[in-house]
Amino acid sequence: MSDPITQAGTPAPRPGDDKPRPGMSERSIGLLGDRKKARLDELARAGVDQGGVSLVRDAVRRLRRNPVAIVGAVIVGLFVLMAIFAPLIAPHDAVQRFDELTKNLTVDTIPGASGDFPLGSDPLGRDFLSRMIYGARQTLFVGVLATLIGLALGVLIGAIAGAFGGWVDVVLMRLTDVMLALPSLLLAITLVAMASRSSQWTVIFAVAIVSVPIFARLLRGSMLAQRESDHVLAARALGVKERNIVLRHMLPNSLTAVIVQATLTFAVAILDAAALSFLGLGDPDINRAEWGLMLGVDGQRYFEVRPELAYYPALAIIVVALGFTLLGEAMREAIDPKNRR
Amino acid sequence: MLRVIVRRLLQLVVTLIALSALIFIWLRNLPGGPVEALLGERATPERRALLTKALGYDQPILVQYGKFMQRVVTGDFGNSIRTGDPVTEVISRAFPATIELALAAMIIAVGLGVPLGYLAARWRGRSLDNLTIAGTLLGISIPIFFLGYLLKDVFTQNIHWFPPSGRLTTGLDNTNVTGFFVLDGLLTREFDASADALWHLILPAITLATIPLAVIVRITRASVLDVLNEDYVRTAEAKGLRHRTIRGRHILRNALLPVVTTIGLQTGALLSGAVLTEKVYNWGGIGTLITDSISGGRDYPVLQAIILLAALIFVVVNLLVDLSYAFIDPRVRVR
Repeated sequence: MSDPITQAGTPAPRPGDDKPRPGMSERSIGLLGDRKKARLDELARAGVDQGGVSLVRDAVRRLRRNPVAIVGAVIVGLFVLMAIFAPLIAPHDAVQRFDELTKNLTVDTIPGASGDFPLGSDPLGRDFLSRMIYGARQTLFVGVLATLIGLALGVLIGAIAGAFGGWVDVVLMRLTDVMLALPSLLLAITLVAMASRSSQWTVIFAVAIVSVPIFARLLRGSMLAQRESDHVLAARALGVKERNIVLRHMLPNSLTAVIVQATLTFAVAILDAAALSFLGLGDPDINRAEWGLMLGVDGQRYFEVRPELAYYPALAIIVVALGFTLLGEAMREAIDPKNRR
Repeated sequence: MLRVIVRRLLQLVVTLIALSALIFIWLRNLPGGPVEALLGERATPERRALLTKALGYDQPILVQYGKFMQRVVTGDFGNSIRTGDPVTEVISRAFPATIELALAAMIIAVGLGVPLGYLAARWRGRSLDNLTIAGTLLGISIPIFFLGYLLKDVFTQNIHWFPPSGRLTTGLDNTNVTGFFVLDGLLTREFDASADALWHLILPAITLATIPLAVIVRITRASVLDVLNEDYVRTAEAKGLRHRTIRGRHILRNALLPVVTTIGLQTGALLSGAVLTEKVYNWGGIGTLITDSISGGRDYPVLQAIILLAALIFVVVNLLVDLSYAFIDPRVRVR
């Protein structure tokens, strides 16, 4: 069993673990006391890094044995590959209208599978299979950007609140409280409604903002817990600058939980984007192939005519959301100190 | 206890005021605001200026907000831009429909979720447990409006078990007392109306219950698993207490606290989900009102009031949940 603490001699506190274990603190303080102040910063960082690596390595080891994590990772991997290599996989262009398809389009028929077009046509005579494959790309784009924007803003707010504490913390957390008091989709709807016309960016932004308070709270909680922890106390006692304590000691140790949350947020982001499209607040670009858009607009409008237009994007969204959720849950379990055995 | 309630109520007021100010300023500063929505893009500048003045949008934002709050205190949220009716009237017409739907969904979610979560925890690792977990994962991964269409397709088109949309069969004359159709039928002894309303309610309620159900099952399961490992459960078993006593007094009661918190937090998910569910089933509640207020030109007075109402409901429900701890957990009562 690899013990993450022994590796560098400095304690590697784990997110969510605010109670230092007995025996660990004396040893680390004694060790730290022997070092020179000038070297402490570097050492502590190295300690954090190595502790981080071993923490990650430890988690990865447990993840590799967990079938849930493997299933999740495989789904996510395939999804990303499909997104990257979409132009190579897709048999046709995603926006080209084919004459052999359009000539069969009527008010209540949309041609199904035929020789060249395994999934048939979409309502505008475009190859549905190619749109599904290109859809992975746009879906990944929307999900990743929404998650990253939410993460960046949330981390910023959470880090400021957690680093300063006091009234800054109170004000910022009140702000997140106000955001959390609104139902998430309602907040997203309001945000989109506030833009004069919706675009892909309003959707991404709205979905991102919804996740900001979650990231902020998570990071802040973890950082506040560390303020009182031994390695921060040791660094402070040795006169490390406050800024360095926050940036080099507290923040890196708090990020694991946030990254895991980001995996789960991705699933929510693509579901919310689909919901916005369904409500008519999505991206108005008819050429854009994105699963949420395909399900929310065409899938809904032509459900009676050709339900496959809803089934395939829905299935794709469910599988991908499931993949990210499985992976995220497994990761959360893996980094949870309770499961460290 | 009283002091806690008073403090929480004060916090609630502060949160709502902050929220109202934010939304107010936000909505007023939009490009293509209500004036544009009312007159269309080709209106002459003169007409625009006239309407801006008539609506009071030419005054400084703080003055506008002050006037708005003045009226809000007297229960006046202004008039809907779309229909001209008072906002309070528009909302109170749609409100009972959503509450009825949300309550029905919550009853399904709790009534099914807690027992399922408990059973899954008791038989951990067995097929029921695995099936339950798989179900909850699927439940949180499925777009619920798609699930709504799927259920609608299967149960109203293929097998005609349920009506496809609406709250009542058209032509059925019911007496409106509270706006909760199922309750109204019982109150006025029009039991056929009650049954009809219930029949319409089932599919939307199941759709809306999906996410809260999945979350409640998971939390219950995790919470029961935690408690099962506690020493006092082992002690109770060692003492030879009856299983039913252990289950009820020791396990469920202790495991329930996180579940109750979750139920409070799921109010938000219910309100979000209601917007989608109501659109699928043409339900005509607050969710429909939101969609209409956005797509038919931005109807800011209505939107603003709904957002505040949603936040109010969420905060009040969670306050009630916190207070209910006192009844479930004696340790909270002592403090």
